[in-house]
Amino acid sequence: MAGGDRALSPAGTVRRGAAGGAEARDRHVRLGLGLAASLLLAGLLGGAFLVLLLTSDAVPDPLAVLADPYLRAVTGFTLLQAGLSALLSVAGGVPLGLALHRTRFAGRALVLRLLLLPQVLPVLVGALGIVAVWGFNGLVSDALAALGLARINVYGLAGILLAHAFFNLPLVARMVVGALDGVPAERWKLAGQLGLGRLATFRIVEAPALRAVLPGAFGLVFMLCATSFTLVLVLGGGPAASTLQVAIYKALSLDFAAGNAVALCLVQVSLTALVLLALSRLPGREAGGFTLGAAPRRYDRPSRLASAADTAVLFLGLLFVGAPFAAILLGGLGSDLGPLLANPAVHRATLTSLVVGLCAASLAVLLSLALLAAGRERPGSAFEIGPSLVLVVPPVVVGAGWFLVLRQVTDVYAAAPYVVVATNAAMSVPFVTRIVGPALAAAHAGQDRLARSLGLFGLARWRLVDWPAARRPLTLAFAFAFALSLGDLGAIALFGSPDFQTLPFLLYQRLGSYRSTDGEGLALLLGVVCLALMLLAERGAAPSVRRPLA
Amino acid sequence: MSGEAIRFEGATRRLDGFEAVFDLSVAAGTWLGIIGPSGAGKSTLLDMAAGFSDLDAGRVAMFGADMAGIAPADRPLAMVFQENNLFPGLDAFRNAALGLTPRLRLSAAERAEVADMLERVGLADKAGRRPHELSGGERGRVALARAFLSRRPILALDEPFAALGPALRAEMLALLADLRVSGSGEGTPRTILMVTHHPEDAVAHADRIAFVENGRVALEGPAHTLLSQRNDARLDRYLGPGRGET
Repeated sequence: MAGGDRALSPAGTVRRGAAGGAEARDRHVRLGLGLAASLLLAGLLGGAFLVLLLTSDAVPDPLAVLADPYLRAVTGFTLLQAGLSALLSVAGGVPLGLALHRTRFAGRALVLRLLLLPQVLPVLVGALGIVAVWGFNGLVSDALAALGLARINVYGLAGILLAHAFFNLPLVARMVVGALDGVPAERWKLAGQLGLGRLATFRIVEAPALRAVLPGAFGLVFMLCATSFTLVLVLGGGPAASTLQVAIYKALSLDFAAGNAVALCLVQVSLTALVLLALSRLPGREAGGFTLGAAPRRYDRPSRLASAADTAVLFLGLLFVGAPFAAILLGGLGSDLGPLLANPAVHRATLTSLVVGLCAASLAVLLSLALLAAGRERPGSAFEIGPSLVLVVPPVVVGAGWFLVLRQVTDVYAAAPYVVVATNAAMSVPFVTRIVGPALAAAHAGQDRLARSLGLFGLARWRLVDWPAARRPLTLAFAFAFALSLGDLGAIALFGSPDFQTLPFLLYQRLGSYRSTDGEGLALLLGVVCLALMLLAERGAAPSVRRPLA
Repeated sequence: MSGEAIRFEGATRRLDGFEAVFDLSVAAGTWLGIIGPSGAGKSTLLDMAAGFSDLDAGRVAMFGADMAGIAPADRPLAMVFQENNLFPGLDAFRNAALGLTPRLRLSAAERAEVADMLERVGLADKAGRRPHELSGGERGRVALARAFLSRRPILALDEPFAALGPALRAEMLALLADLRVSGSGEGTPRTILMVTHHPEDAVAHADRIAFVENGRVALEGPAHTLLSQRNDARLDRYLGPGRGET
């Protein structure tokens, strides 16, 4: 008997049974949950803006917007820095990823974990690390000065590119390692047995794997950098080095120019939508670099020169990524940590951050699961595309929209916790679906027919089919969403107040009031919390590798 | 047949609580069929021979030489897998040519040799096709062409035709039997170690059969008599009812 919607009656005849109803009910529940999640996301992301466009007199004239030289300059700089940042990240990430895959050494797994850390390090904390290493008074400048060379000015395009490379080069490297891990083990065996040299192995085995992932990696980094806010706020910010998001923030927080903010938001959303559309047509976008498979063994015999080159690339790459972490650690330990940790404002901000993070991560996971469940019923529908559309509307734009709407009807700051939690949750949805989606899809592909034939639906199916497959990725996704929320400055930047402060907001304030020692201590605290969270989650999410003998 | 092609002496591999220890000797020119249940260690046996699995103890020798520390590329053994035998970015000609040289730059004589081998496996008109443009059987022919072009005296075949239907499998085995003799040049047939889940294939083509169970070579003997032994419970379990009729 093939389907779960039929059962043999005692007399042996086939009758339509309870399983058919359960399957239909299950489908309706999935679609209902997906619809509710979609409406919630759409309302949060677009609702405020729609209301604003319909009711406000601040709606800009499109032609005037396009003709505005400031806006064109800001848009141009947004694209320029995103393009250069993506190029730099790919140019550095590919050799690093190749070297990591080619080289086996003690601590390799630890290095791969280190490369995950910039993805969850609060951006503001990372920016401080970059300044400590590359800034005018940083380690590199000190070394250059000792050699009689000019110090580096990290503020402006150069600093933004360096910081974006710090955050995204490791992501590209992990995507490269992931792509090479996906090459069937037989091909590495053949390459070894046929005695393929370094160039032939690259051409025949490695390059095809890279070709499948690099366009998507470039697009992803471009997207992340085009919507980058905190780094540009801290390291750029001047008229010559300002992106759309920073311009939106400044239009609202400094100039109180709602009309300009709306115009900038429209340009930002149009731009990111175009980038996302282009990105969706590139191969390799599925690879997120979050999880890595079991690394297959390679049998190449590189020359000494090739091995030395790989070692040099590894050393430089790890130095580039590791130095800001070391600077954060040393700076934090050198700060007055005791009084800082006893400060009631820090306690309040920490508690607020944890509560906001917990709520945002929980909401993000629930929304993502609802969208994934519905997407399974309607492949290729808005349920599947929706999570990516979230990236079209960056947190600053969402915050700006709600800020402009809420101030017309209520006390903006009273609604702040809800807006911040909801915005942070929404921003995590693309990442949560990217981490959890493949596991659920694999479980569906492998066990859907079995589950349906056994009449497993609803919670029973979740418990026996989905949960075992999604448990580990969900742990990682929850921690990732938690860490993203803990480190976010985008939503809180507009809604923060003396009564509602998160750790990044407090850190930004302390830095703004030139209390840099406090800043270093807070950066260490925030960084340690996020990194510990991710390391624990990544360890818990790592698949237990058992390779039976064949 | 003269001399010993390969010898496993207490060749041991431990992984995840499972231990495989192999003692086996294969004379040069022998076609050895390797059968046994899934997870018994058949592929591990081939991996040890090819140098893809490090030994925890014991040794593997080929033509009298200890293979310890010898890289896969330097062993006198070519391997063909069940799948992923071809590089997807290269056409059939270049995939086969890798058996001659890893440089992908061929002399006129080498090109002629590759073309000749492709003709012998019936793919002369498909030399320019990429793997995805070939059928499963054609991909298997390219892999065999490469293995024979490599001139390595031992061929290790890890269920190479398992995904093919009965007729195509029989065709490929016949081709292998033909190439084994005609493709060897000097007249000495290649030594073949062939893992298979089809005991009837082993009986039809192999000289000897090794039955692997639980990480050991449990039985080894002439192909035409081994499977008809009626006094071994392990073979009974593996072959099931009606064994010996293959």
